[in-house]
Amino acid sequence: MALQNPTPSEYIQHHLTNLTYGYHPENGWSFAHGAQEASEMGFMAIHVDTMAWSVGLGILFCWLFRVGARAAHAGVPTGVLNFVELMVEFVDKSVKETFHGKSSLIAPLALTICCWIFLMNLMDLVPVDLVPYLFMAAGVEYMKIVPTTDVNATLGMSIGVFLLIIFYSIKIKGVGGFVGELTLQPFGKWMIPFNLLLEGVGLIAKPISLALRLFGNLYAGELIFILIALLPFYLQWFLSVPWAIFHILVIVLQAFIFMMLTIVYLSMAHEHH
Amino acid sequence: MNLNLTLIGQLIAFTIFVIFCMKYVWPPIAGALAERQKKIAEGLDAADKAARDLASAKSQIEEELKQARTQVTELLEQANKRSSQIVEEAQDKARAEAEKIMASAQAQIAQDAAQARESLRADVAKLAVIGAERVLGATVDQAAHKKLLAELAEEL
Repeated sequence: MALQNPTPSEYIQHHLTNLTYGYHPENGWSFAHGAQEASEMGFMAIHVDTMAWSVGLGILFCWLFRVGARAAHAGVPTGVLNFVELMVEFVDKSVKETFHGKSSLIAPLALTICCWIFLMNLMDLVPVDLVPYLFMAAGVEYMKIVPTTDVNATLGMSIGVFLLIIFYSIKIKGVGGFVGELTLQPFGKWMIPFNLLLEGVGLIAKPISLALRLFGNLYAGELIFILIALLPFYLQWFLSVPWAIFHILVIVLQAFIFMMLTIVYLSMAHEHH
Repeated sequence: MNLNLTLIGQLIAFTIFVIFCMKYVWPPIAGALAERQKKIAEGLDAADKAARDLASAKSQIEEELKQARTQVTELLEQANKRSSQIVEEAQDKARAEAEKIMASAQAQIAQDAAQARESLRADVAKLAVIGAERVLGATVDQAAHKKLLAELAEEL
């Protein structure tokens, strides 16, 4: 269903639709043709573009840093090792400033989050029409190349962080301690239901806010790129260049925020109140 | 914006990447960084120590040079003194020798003069006796006029 002279809303709709493969009640396992079919598939569907790009970028990250790690030595660093060490030191410093316990997981986790999210956000700077049209020419109907504009991607990561928060809370404080933290404060044991509600919301809000902050920012950024792309071509550069330059800040900042908040949440999980 | 299996897929991918990073990326790099930090610290320490050693060596050299210089001046002074002493001694010796030679020569001369005078006196006495004999025509008794002769010789 290649678009011939789409209306602006069709154009936007097209650019914001993921390539979805899933179980459709009528068509069985198939690629969804349009947002309507994709939403009819419900939970039993997968965004092929999100998965492919994010995994690809994740592998790029792993490969790059593995190259650096293989070359790691105590002498004078060169090339890739220089860059990799720069990142590692930056993340290590951020972790050490915030997280005071001992954990061999937190720092690599933070590094992975920072770099992976940065790479996924970076796809936002690829011209919005380029890749979708290339794929359309190859017969693929939809192609959304920025995984972080898919709420599934950000929520997937934040759920991972959420599981770690619960895991460490229980590991450090014990089940009793963790449950006590959720129920016995801030108002003592006579207000247990109220405390649970308060702390429960606080706990659930962590992954949700983590995911929606990143998703919202990137989704909005992508949407504005798409809107700019709807303008006459002689006006586009006038808006898209400043927006892209501003977005360089946004994509780095969002990756950094996700990383820092992860560290903060995990350090809170390690601390007794 | 549908929530679907992608969520689970992302969670799994995320987990795998984190584990990979934790196992194969972080430890070597962090290890290398720590090792380099240690090496740099050691290097800086060594540099500090070398600088301190250099400074102490320099001051030692300065000291030794100073010592050597004073030693040299001392030696020079001593040598000068010694040489002038030697010269003086030689002069003294030479002077004494010369005086001695002079004295012995004078003694010799005096002795020779006395001897000559003595022999001359004897000759004169003899000549006087011979003269007297010729005048008197007789032999002068040596023994009888011995006293007279001695007196004569004395007067010459």
